[in-house]
Amino acid sequence: MTRHTLDARRLLCPMPVIRTQNKIKSLAPGDIVEVVCTDPGATNDIPAWCRMHGHAVIATETRSGEFIITVEVGKIAG
Amino acid sequence: MLARDTSNIPEHRQRHMATTRKAVALISGGLDSMLAARTMLEQGIHVEGINFFTGFCVEGHTHAIRAKDRARPKRNNALWAAEQLGIRLHIIDVIDEYKDVLTKPKHGYGANLNPCLDCKGFMVGKAYQWMTENGFDFVVTGEVIGQRPMSQRKDTMPVIARESGAGDLLLRPLSAKLLPPTRPEREGWVDRDKLFDFNGRNRKPQMALAAAHGITDYAQPAGGCCFLTDATYARKLTDLWQVRGSKEYELDDIMLLKVGRHLRPRPHFKLIIGREEGENNFLEGYRRQFTCLRPISHHGPLALLDGTADESDLQLAARVTARFSQGRNAALVQVDVVHQGVTTRLDVQPFAEDEIPHEWYI
Repeated sequence: MTRHTLDARRLLCPMPVIRTQNKIKSLAPGDIVEVVCTDPGATNDIPAWCRMHGHAVIATETRSGEFIITVEVGKIAG
Repeated sequence: MLARDTSNIPEHRQRHMATTRKAVALISGGLDSMLAARTMLEQGIHVEGINFFTGFCVEGHTHAIRAKDRARPKRNNALWAAEQLGIRLHIIDVIDEYKDVLTKPKHGYGANLNPCLDCKGFMVGKAYQWMTENGFDFVVTGEVIGQRPMSQRKDTMPVIARESGAGDLLLRPLSAKLLPPTRPEREGWVDRDKLFDFNGRNRKPQMALAAAHGITDYAQPAGGCCFLTDATYARKLTDLWQVRGSKEYELDDIMLLKVGRHLRPRPHFKLIIGREEGENNFLEGYRRQFTCLRPISHHGPLALLDGTADESDLQLAARVTARFSQGRNAALVQVDVVHQGVTTRLDVQPFAEDEIPHEWYI
């Protein structure tokens, strides 16, 4: 398991989701990625995308106006 | 999530389901694409959604930026629709590839800068490419004959099928009975009898079908799903191209066109002036890329200067910025101008309302 950070600050919907989707393609099941966003819409969209693709959002935090969404990569189906 | 009832699927269809056929459906987040995908699910087809981000998609960006709208719930409609359908959605960034579609549309523009027919052909083509790369069998769209004046007419439907490369692997379930049978219908992958003959701008058939499936909540975009159909936005984009002398743009350019007041006091520069706190915060992120103006003596907006400016231009830009500050009626307003990394404090007389020519507003 490796831990990654994805900077999606200043990006507006749906770019944070697209960046998350593209990042996860290169990761292995069990890896963790922390997505840092400023668009509050990402706190709905990234979890929705994760639910439908079998990844788990394990934490969502707000720090100084930034949203940090922590995702554990699931078994990626083709 | 909506449950799929397969109990009424005939035996010959059940046999086909042993080798489940797979369709990729274009999902915009609106009702028609949702119903098209749902119609396929009803027939036992494995459906996955695809959605393309061109940079011009209306996805609540203004609401995401504006402070007063922060409390509004925000969702990506395509993701939301896919989740309601219980299917996966793949969102694809086509910002760079889309530039050719927008700047060189073979079929021209609609009322504004919307190249709808080229756009549809491009998106179906990308979906078809995704279909072949991912081992899917056909492409589904929510197109309805007569629904849109440019891209959804009976005579343009074959154009999209042909130019996208999808040919008869493109199925439009909502209008299929008004079109020649496609390969999925001819081969029995789907039952043509259970497809529809929707036609025209009347939304009642779609609303009835939605009600029959228990779909009560869906996006109802006002003015379409693309900023290019918006006259004000199109005017700002035209201005950008005219000044550059070419139809070039980057994502930041087209995002900034969605934010603030845009005024062009001189041919060689324009001002983007925040209208409220959220827009000021958003523009703040660009302050290193542009000359930046901010009133100091009074509360006021952040303004970005896009272009080149000499001292007299900066004075003029500061006076315009002061006009939109709370010092608009003061004798003098102090404005900080950060130009090429150097901050200069200017004391300027704000323009009176009638001193700003209407033509400056883009």
